[in-house]
Amino acid sequence: MDVEQSDVRHRHEEEIAGLDALDVRRVERPGRGVALWGALWPKLVAVLVVLGTWQIVAWSGWRPDYVLPGPSTVLAELGRVVQTARFWRAVATTMQRALLGFGIAVSIGTLMGTCVSQVPVLRRTFGSLLGGLQNMPSIVWFPFAIVLLQLSEAAILFVVVLGAAPSVANGLVGGIDQIPPLLVRAGRVLGARGLAAFRHVILPAALPAYVAGLKQGWAFSWRSLMAGELLVVIAGRTSVGTEMHYAQDLSDMPGLCAYMIVVLLIGIAVDGLGFRSLERHVLARRGLLEHR
Amino acid sequence: MDAQAPSAIRIRDVSQTYHGGRSTLLALDRLSLDVLRGEFVCLLGASGCGKTTLLNLIVGLYRLSSGNIDTGGRRLGLMFQDSALFPWLTVEGNVEMGMRFRGFSKSERRSRTQELLKLVHLEAFSDRRPHELSGGMRQRVALARALAQEAEVLLMDEPFGSLDATTRDVLHDELERIWHRTGLTVVFVTHDVREAVRLGGRVVLLSSRPGRVVAEFRIDIERPRRIEDRAASEIAATITDRLREEVRRHGR
Repeated sequence: MDVEQSDVRHRHEEEIAGLDALDVRRVERPGRGVALWGALWPKLVAVLVVLGTWQIVAWSGWRPDYVLPGPSTVLAELGRVVQTARFWRAVATTMQRALLGFGIAVSIGTLMGTCVSQVPVLRRTFGSLLGGLQNMPSIVWFPFAIVLLQLSEAAILFVVVLGAAPSVANGLVGGIDQIPPLLVRAGRVLGARGLAAFRHVILPAALPAYVAGLKQGWAFSWRSLMAGELLVVIAGRTSVGTEMHYAQDLSDMPGLCAYMIVVLLIGIAVDGLGFRSLERHVLARRGLLEHR
Repeated sequence: MDAQAPSAIRIRDVSQTYHGGRSTLLALDRLSLDVLRGEFVCLLGASGCGKTTLLNLIVGLYRLSSGNIDTGGRRLGLMFQDSALFPWLTVEGNVEMGMRFRGFSKSERRSRTQELLKLVHLEAFSDRRPHELSGGMRQRVALARALAQEAEVLLMDEPFGSLDATTRDVLHDELERIWHRTGLTVVFVTHDVREAVRLGGRVVLLSSRPGRVVAEFRIDIERPRRIEDRAASEIAATITDRLREEVRRHGR
């Protein structure tokens, strides 16, 4: 009888192992080099197409060289500019403002999103206001900020924060609203209540939408910052926006274009290396990336 | 099971009403049921019999309209039709989640989790995430997670309903083995008569809209059972006839 039972158990274990082996997908991942090249070549093609089109327009003689310089002139100017200490001071000031402003916006936006999503009365009162604020072009805040805070760092930060915080808050609120109720119930059955439920169930479940909100918040804060630096020039303090402002005053198109490329490159670097990889990581963990 | 064994769950005259706009729906009507300690009870019924409502009431997810449910303060575990695993956590993280809320230390959580994963034959998959597993494997993780609650009573809401027949068969064996080994009380909700007969020591048939107990069947067939056994088929046919009669009543 014991032998028979042990046979049954053994057979059962083999069946379980067999089903598991059949069911679990084995994903063949390409090597690192292949994956890197796969990601890189479409971007290189895009850059070549843009540079090629630009060069053709410049060659066409539509505008004189000093108004619309070709890519080789601009890239040479960029190569010269990056070797100056002034360039790096400008980039450092801009990045410092961007990180500080975005950091404050994330803190405020997360707090607002948490409160609005968790307190029904706040949702009814401020929920639609958040949507409205998010859609408001941040540049319209500048006259207000300049009158309120003069031409100062605070005025720039004020607008950067106002540009980004509503997106962060809305991302979080949207993420929390989309959590499958079953997950919340499962959490409750396991004993998740109050803060523990928020920390271990609600927040991680809302993370993909929250990261999307962060990404959008960054884009808004970066745009607001560039607008701010073009409008608010602080004496003795250079920045990327200020350098563009000076280049415009001097009709220095190669210099202006060189800084525009810098703005584009910073945007691509933060989006691609920062938010996109964070987003991919978050989605991949949840199995939401395989079909992309 | 021993008829003298004390009740693990006592349900008395439970009625549950839902209000939606101007309409009112009576989901359960004066339902009474005792589940004995260590018993494996299957709740069977067609759509709208309030099976899921009843489980949610027992576990305290819904507020009771009227009546009384006494679980004697026992720890309850609940498994859903969908595994409801947290997709951002590994298998191990999912199983130990409940222990985290109850203040277990990391080492306690880890050793208990390993034990439970071994019990459900998933120890080799502890660092996988739910999307890397099959439906059957996910349900086994959910079972381990429910057991990690140190539950004395396991409530299961059609847990194998979405699985293919072979996987379901194997999981029936698995669940029966675990029930046998742990001495749990199991309340298993299903709409599949053969599954109820395969697993239950008692099958409780519920009526639909509103749900109330219409019949009970004691299943005295020796375990381990097979769904194809003659005795099981015969009793399944009897219960199916009774269930169909109940369904026909709504067509008149």
